[in-house]
Amino acid sequence: MSATGEALTSTQYIQHHLTNLAVGEGFWTWHLDTLFVTLALGILFLGTFYRVGQKATTGVPGKFQCFVEMCIEFVNDIVKESFHGRNALIAPLSLTIFMMVILMNTMDLIPVDFIPEAAKAIGIDYMKVVPTTDLNTTFAMSLSIFALIVGFSIKVKGFRGFTRELTMNPFNHWVFIPFNFALEMVTLLAKPISLALRLFGNMYAGELIFILIALMPWYLQWGLSVPWAIFHILVIVLQGFIFMMLSMVYLSSACEDH
Amino acid sequence: MNINATLLGQAISFTLFVLFCMKYVWPPLIAAIEERQKKIADGLASADKAAKDLKLAEAKATDQLKDAKAQAATIIDAANKRKSQIVDEAKDEAHAERVKILAQAEAEVEAERNRLKEELRKQVAGLAIAGAEKIIERSIDAAANSDIVDKIVAEL
Repeated sequence: MSATGEALTSTQYIQHHLTNLAVGEGFWTWHLDTLFVTLALGILFLGTFYRVGQKATTGVPGKFQCFVEMCIEFVNDIVKESFHGRNALIAPLSLTIFMMVILMNTMDLIPVDFIPEAAKAIGIDYMKVVPTTDLNTTFAMSLSIFALIVGFSIKVKGFRGFTRELTMNPFNHWVFIPFNFALEMVTLLAKPISLALRLFGNMYAGELIFILIALMPWYLQWGLSVPWAIFHILVIVLQGFIFMMLSMVYLSSACEDH
Repeated sequence: MNINATLLGQAISFTLFVLFCMKYVWPPLIAAIEERQKKIADGLASADKAAKDLKLAEAKATDQLKDAKAQAATIIDAANKRKSQIVDEAKDEAHAERVKILAQAEAEVEAERNRLKEELRKQVAGLAIAGAEKIIERSIDAAANSDIVDKIVAEL
């Protein structure tokens, strides 16, 4: 919408685009659009991959099976290279993170007004379609990874080992226990926070720039929006890769026994 | 409703973006996928071919083995035949030789017998004559009766 829109100023337009469809109050607010899009993409991802898995042939694969195989092989190779240890969860987890983040980011490529306007036409006022521009999504994922980090650490090193790691590093003396603990806590907590904020920041900034471009006169928009979208193809895949890679590295170090 | 020209602008952008993807993003992806497909197909085909070749080679080997066996059998047959032929020939030859030797021996024996007979006859004739001479000495002259003696000698 250009700035001369009937009811909205530029600020209102931007704000409108950055507001989730929410129900509830305070903490118990549900972002229905985020939940719905994430669920739909999850079903899309799992459904297609499940179908391919069911129909997979050991002969010459179809094009889509080939694509799925390439994705899985890519992730599997990375897991083999960077995760030293045996864990049945890591590879499927990495694949899911990779594909889901990419799919959610890909929603960014759909023009910013298409889905909100369509939603408006059927009476839904707000519609923010990129789940990864919602801090709740990115934190949900990174906190799950955090739980796994803690869980694996305790499982591999034992509760004593985990506590030891938090309190006896880097200075192995009882005097330094509070200092060590503070230091290690920062290291530990920085992992989920950096994971979530990196993805959120990248996608939010990208989305915002799309919205700003949409404020330009309609006949000029393509000049900026097409290059930005093309650049975004890279960002989308890269963010998915980074999220997966870092999760794997964190989990790998959690599983390593010193 | 706030639908206005912005939507048009976004539609243009989106179209261009999709065109870009069609031209520059999709082809390399599809090419990679097709290459992978081709690789797999080639691998499977060559595996099939190898299996077929192996089977062919096996069949060929079996054939050759059979041929060799048959040939060996023929050679052995021929050798057997030749052997019996040689044995037969040798038998025949030996038989002929025996007959010849026997004949010769018989002839020799016959000749010896004839000679002995002759000698004996002569000696008997001599003895007879001597006996006769002794008998006749008293009565007749030997010359007058020699024809009778000759006759006796001839009869002996």
